[in-house]
Amino acid sequence: MLTVLFDGISYGMLLFVLACGLAVTLGLMNFVNLAHGAFAMAGGYIAVVLVNRAGLPFGLGLALAFLFTALIGGFLERTLYVRVYNKSPLDQVLFSIGLVFMSVAAVDYIMGSSQQFVQIPSALQGQFNVFGVGMGKYRLLIIAICGVITVTLQLALMKTRFGSRLRAAVDDQRVARGLGINVGAVFGITFALGSGLAGLGGALGAEILGLDPIFPLKYMIYFLIVVTVGGASSITGPFFASILLGIGDVAGKYYVPTLGAFVIYTIMIVVLIWRPQGLFARGVSR
Amino acid sequence: MSAVTATSPLADTVAAFFARRARWTPFEIAFWLVALASIWLFPTKHLILTETAILALFALSLDLILGYAGIISLGHAAFFGVGAYFTGLVAKYGLINEPVLALFAAGLAAAVIGFATSFLVLRGSDLTRLMVTLGVALILREIANRYSNITGGADGLQGVDIQPVLGLFRFDLYGHTAYIYCLSVLFVVFVVARRIVQSPFGLSLGALRGNPLRAAAVGIPVNARLVAIYTVSAGIAGVAGALLTQTTAFCSLDVLSFDRSADLLLVLIIGGTGYLYGGLIGAVIFKFMQDYLANLTPQYWQFWIGLVLVLIVLVGRERATGWTGYARAGLIKLFARAPSLPSPAGGGKGPAAVGGAAPDGH
Repeated sequence: MLTVLFDGISYGMLLFVLACGLAVTLGLMNFVNLAHGAFAMAGGYIAVVLVNRAGLPFGLGLALAFLFTALIGGFLERTLYVRVYNKSPLDQVLFSIGLVFMSVAAVDYIMGSSQQFVQIPSALQGQFNVFGVGMGKYRLLIIAICGVITVTLQLALMKTRFGSRLRAAVDDQRVARGLGINVGAVFGITFALGSGLAGLGGALGAEILGLDPIFPLKYMIYFLIVVTVGGASSITGPFFASILLGIGDVAGKYYVPTLGAFVIYTIMIVVLIWRPQGLFARGVSR
Repeated sequence: MSAVTATSPLADTVAAFFARRARWTPFEIAFWLVALASIWLFPTKHLILTETAILALFALSLDLILGYAGIISLGHAAFFGVGAYFTGLVAKYGLINEPVLALFAAGLAAAVIGFATSFLVLRGSDLTRLMVTLGVALILREIANRYSNITGGADGLQGVDIQPVLGLFRFDLYGHTAYIYCLSVLFVVFVVARRIVQSPFGLSLGALRGNPLRAAAVGIPVNARLVAIYTVSAGIAGVAGALLTQTTAFCSLDVLSFDRSADLLLVLIIGGTGYLYGGLIGAVIFKFMQDYLANLTPQYWQFWIGLVLVLIVLVGRERATGWTGYARAGLIKLFARAPSLPSPAGGGKGPAAVGGAAPDGH
């Protein structure tokens, strides 16, 4: 029972790190980016290449996965995404689906279609036994890393100058521009950071989520659920949504395997109909 | 419009205008003659032509809600899948043996699901609709996956035996019967769809796509209209799915997949929305593009499909769609000839007149 809870929390934390970039682009910037999972996949494969093939240490592999994915994200944002910001949702959907298809085929071409694993150092394998509850070391590490990231994000968004600039740019682009905020740069950096975090999540989660070329399609709906259920008024909404989703999904698969995934899909639809702004949103106007 | 009575000259003008609008243009007739001729012109290509006709029918159903009612759907495969599985199951268990009858039943089944889920797309922004439609399709796929004792799950539905059409024409290995059958169904449904969009009902859809608030203000029951067209569209998608099962005598989870919905959007975007032929032309281009790419790079053709999508958006959907936008604008004019209406009602310029019930829709 507690093991299920523990696994659910680590899974949820992972989902949060994966999806928080999308919470900003989709939730705050109103950009329908279905290709978010592609960045997570990129991070995962970068880690695979660096750790398994080049033999780098696991930690360094994670850091580089973050860095490279952020660079890819930033580059794509400046060259492609920036042209699509002001188009209709339909255009954004088509555009990002196009990117997904391309990434799926490209990864299949480069890395093959079989499932990949990142080699985890032996120090992180096995599990602690606390009061009869088995806690995987690796999952504990995931919870720790994701916890740190969450707190950092929240602080960065609320306390730093960049955070306030971002919130200003999101609330009203024109006024923010008028105040001398370089909205394009703020969005670009945010997008790059969000992609980087997705990449980090992908690298961390390769063990738990599995990593193959159809990753972006497989997990797209999970990311979307996190954002829609969590709402976008703050980091905390998506955070709680991820935890709930994680626990719900793990518990659902464990206790009622026949129902499978459609519990969470149903929850998503109900929430969307009931509270289109998200479960945790506090009456946001947009 | 209350000044318009049955006898006023304005009413006559308007009536004449719509009568002329509804007339089949020479290009439409030519289009269908070419389609008919393809039966004899490309006897070796009937298998891919069958797939094209089914895709065209499916695209036609999406065009009704996307092009006319302005509802974006990322999960239209849901209804396609319902039709496909329904047909497969009734054929497998011998409930309805005659294909045409099964087709009607499948359309009805999909329409019922469409009606039930239509209430979910009434509310919310485009984004909410995207997610809800996507969610519905995913749920149906999950159901089909879970109840594998009925649907066959990931292995697909085996042992589907399709009887001869009308008890006369047996499906053959080369797809001759299948193509003629699908083309006939496509034509019949097209005529019905054309009638629907030319009717006052269809015109009101254009109005509420332009501006739902104003449409409601002039007395159009917005929600009821959306539910109606969504149901019809779901039914047609179901018929398309049924055709796929009947012509292939097989049905798998693939019919409910996300890729199918996404590809469908591409088809419609290539062909253009809101003039019915977009789905048909798009299907022809898409299918042959896919065939060509799949021959070129068997495993990775999706990459090029993705590239086309990205390019279309970057270039601008309205300005140019793969092949030049001018050609398409010309096509729209040719197919949906809208003679300009003299003075009072003002604008009858091209396809924009479809939304004529809501002038200056800002």
